[in-house]
Amino acid sequence: MAIVTVRRISQVFFFLLFVWFSFVSTAGEEWWELRGWPANWFLQLDPLVALVTFLATFTFYAGLLWALLTILLTLVLGRFFCGWVCPFGTLQHFMGYWSGRFETLGHLQQKNRYHPYQVIKYYLLVFLLSMALGVALQKIIQAGLWTALLLYGGIALCLLLLFRETWLGEKKSKAIASVFFLAGASGLLAAFLQGGHRILASSVQTGLLDPIPLMHRSLNLFLFPVLGEPFRRGVVEPRLYEGAWVIGLIFVAVLLLCLKIPRFYCRFICPLGALMGILGKWALYRVGKTRVNCRDCSVCEAHCEGACEPMGAIRQHECVLCMNCLDDCHHGVMGYGTSRSLGGERDAPDISRRGLVLTVAAGVVSIPSMRLSGLLASNRDPHLVRPPGALREEEFLQRCIKCGQCMRICPTNIIHPGDFSHGVESLWTPVLNFRVGTSGCQLNCVACGHICPTAAIRPISLEEKLGEGRFADVGPVRMGMAFVDLGRCLPWTMDLPCIVCQENCPVSPKAIVVHEVFRPIRDPVHRVHSVMENDFIVVTLERLALQPARLATGDYYVRWVGEEARWRIQRNTEREIELVPQARGHISTQEGNEIEILVRLHLPQVDPHRCIGCGVCEHECPVTGKRAIRVTAENESREKRHSMILHGS
Amino acid sequence: MEKKETLHRRDFLVRSLKVGAAVGVTGFLGWRFHDPEGPPGAQQEEDEVSLPDFSVPGMDRRLAVVRGEDRAATLELALHALGGMSAFVKEGDRVLVKVNAAFASPPILSATTHPALVERLVQLCFKAGAGEVIVTDNPINDPQSCFVLSGIEEAARRAGGRVIYPRSDLFQPTTLPGGRLIRSWPLLYGPFHGVNKLIGVAPVKDHHRSGASMIMKNWYGLLGGRRNVFHQDVHTIITELAMMVKPTLAILDGTTTMMTNGPTGGSLADLKATHTLIAGTDQVSVDAFGATLLDKTVLDLPFIHMAESAGVGTSRYETLNPTHLQVS
Repeated sequence: MAIVTVRRISQVFFFLLFVWFSFVSTAGEEWWELRGWPANWFLQLDPLVALVTFLATFTFYAGLLWALLTILLTLVLGRFFCGWVCPFGTLQHFMGYWSGRFETLGHLQQKNRYHPYQVIKYYLLVFLLSMALGVALQKIIQAGLWTALLLYGGIALCLLLLFRETWLGEKKSKAIASVFFLAGASGLLAAFLQGGHRILASSVQTGLLDPIPLMHRSLNLFLFPVLGEPFRRGVVEPRLYEGAWVIGLIFVAVLLLCLKIPRFYCRFICPLGALMGILGKWALYRVGKTRVNCRDCSVCEAHCEGACEPMGAIRQHECVLCMNCLDDCHHGVMGYGTSRSLGGERDAPDISRRGLVLTVAAGVVSIPSMRLSGLLASNRDPHLVRPPGALREEEFLQRCIKCGQCMRICPTNIIHPGDFSHGVESLWTPVLNFRVGTSGCQLNCVACGHICPTAAIRPISLEEKLGEGRFADVGPVRMGMAFVDLGRCLPWTMDLPCIVCQENCPVSPKAIVVHEVFRPIRDPVHRVHSVMENDFIVVTLERLALQPARLATGDYYVRWVGEEARWRIQRNTEREIELVPQARGHISTQEGNEIEILVRLHLPQVDPHRCIGCGVCEHECPVTGKRAIRVTAENESREKRHSMILHGS
Repeated sequence: MEKKETLHRRDFLVRSLKVGAAVGVTGFLGWRFHDPEGPPGAQQEEDEVSLPDFSVPGMDRRLAVVRGEDRAATLELALHALGGMSAFVKEGDRVLVKVNAAFASPPILSATTHPALVERLVQLCFKAGAGEVIVTDNPINDPQSCFVLSGIEEAARRAGGRVIYPRSDLFQPTTLPGGRLIRSWPLLYGPFHGVNKLIGVAPVKDHHRSGASMIMKNWYGLLGGRRNVFHQDVHTIITELAMMVKPTLAILDGTTTMMTNGPTGGSLADLKATHTLIAGTDQVSVDAFGATLLDKTVLDLPFIHMAESAGVGTSRYETLNPTHLQVS
């Protein structure tokens, strides 16, 4: 079997596996639902996810250790992941292949020629990784000026020793100078930041461009909802996701671009590909010329997926191991083995040192700059309600890779990709929206935290969520708190009985309490003509004043003006009111007396000690546009400083 | 030269024909689809549906009250007292069981119809010869979470029943003749296709707005749309539901009664062991008896009186000579 056939089988296999894992990522107990499928396996294999969360948190969370496998294999084999495994690569590969089927070799060679802009992806990688460096830098600076100098100096010395071949050459002085420069500059930097280091921060933004989260996001939030899953049990409404069209647009645009430029994303943008390229620098096995009898016919460059120019000095960091050149070469020149290419090699991408330093600096300062709006401080957005178990905002942003897995698993479709209104960094991170979906956050559900690949949403137990057992002292996990908008609430403002919110509150005892009040209705006072007492009490008014049956709903009462007792109305005509007798109170039968008609209302109030911000009330509120009860992030458990009340009081 | 002239003429004629055709088609399309009026303001109405009467023709009003802890046993005894399941479900009948699956909460919290009761009920329907048993509801919480967590789905399937989720395409508008509230309102009608028997089965629960949630309140789960607006006139909507839905049989589970924090409950402290199962053909009398388990009287629950006045049934359950039994 030709090696390209093996590669194609591998691509199709991993692509289908990826789609399958995405498909099964819904809560349920069937074999085609998430019951033990390693739905995050591709995200865990993705070394960029592991690396960036490591830079920001100094830990590898759970399954992210799988990335070591990818790294080790890449160190040995080169960028096999890009050409053989990556589902986004496979899709692009297919698009490029499709458009190139009938094109001439000359045209194909044109399309698959190396383009200097392919270096962009390395800068993107460095920029995105630098955004996560803040906390590490902070720690170094906090260790003190002299420690920082020592550390930087030590690093510089190590570099010097590593490249000691320059020690004796004429570059000797240059090297020493650069070491001192490095140490000095670091010292200065440290000194400069002595007071300002607190603004340094880490944020994980690789998910914006990392192809594996991008694929998950595109499938979860765009493709599956658009294609629909009508055959899926329990899906009663098509899934909605705020701003999903942007995610879909990017996905489709990239794929269409591949018709013009094969593997457009892989070549120019993909930060994961860039990381693999750098890792593959030292790969033991590599593609290249194995014989000297090359006729320079350039056929090998016609179908080159990585645009790595195998005919000349091959760019190893761009080679995605598609093996097309091996297949195309009619002279048996191209091979894959341990020896370096006889045509020469270019190991490193064309990044300039100056550009690199500038990119790192830009990445490091970008996050503090983005936070100048104060969205992580006093100017926080109260509508930023995160799923239960989400970490403190700063820690959350150090982990979330915007993959959208929580949004797909959520059984009620309330987790949505955030937009810029919660801050630039929050783009496509999970934000709760209780107006969309089938209910609020279900009391007995902790699915989102258990699928989250990076623990941006912690995998909390049901016990912890409900604040039971050993969590009884801490209390339940609060996502926020509901507030009644008195100006929109039907009973509060419009004298209409309602209390749907109170009824649907899933907390026990309920977090919404009601106050019973009796308020006079519009034009409440009427003069009585006569009163008759049989099984029921019938009050006849002097005038035809009532709308028949309007007061017969069980919510209306009669009170004789000047008296205390209220009598519930059971039936009414234009002139007669039938009252339910009651044990206490006696009827004033005097004619000419005045009665007042009251409506009994239950006014909802939120108990801040009990409300967990699940949003069921907001979802059910009959004021369907802007709800009369709404959840904001007040009191959320994840940020102590958002606490609104004295707990335990 | 002459040849060119000819070609030119022919070319002109062909082009004229094409342009003529294009002008004609454009004109025709314009004329054909011209709408001088603009769209009507009112929305187009869908075809309305209405629920048939599911009660057994000619059957007198029957009521049975059975004390006991084991739902399967009390159900069997109650049905026995009512003349056996075969009095209600015949060979080949298609039965719809309307459960209360409103909340995504486990059976132990009694906010939903107990799975043991559903399982036995479906089994008994099949035993009486039913061709198909459908279990459905339009819950308040997420439907799948509700059916799975409440244990109803598994119980129904184990007994051979089919669970139908309230997909949006299963709703059609209905109007209750003489009704004030149920007018062109979406009804969960899809599961009723081919169904000729309807059994309502619900737990006894406290309900803040209406006072109690039992059989009549449980029909709320057949409504779709933003049905919460009906809470503004909750007793009337319950009455209208009771007028609209004429079940074959009503089974009210008071084995455990939710005394407080209803209708969601959420804590064992909200529950009380009342060890009673009520079954009957008259939903008003069933609910009237159920009210006693909540320590309430008919006067506390206006919808019972309103339904009685509307002729749905009687609140004086003792007039039906209910059979009182005890599971030994």
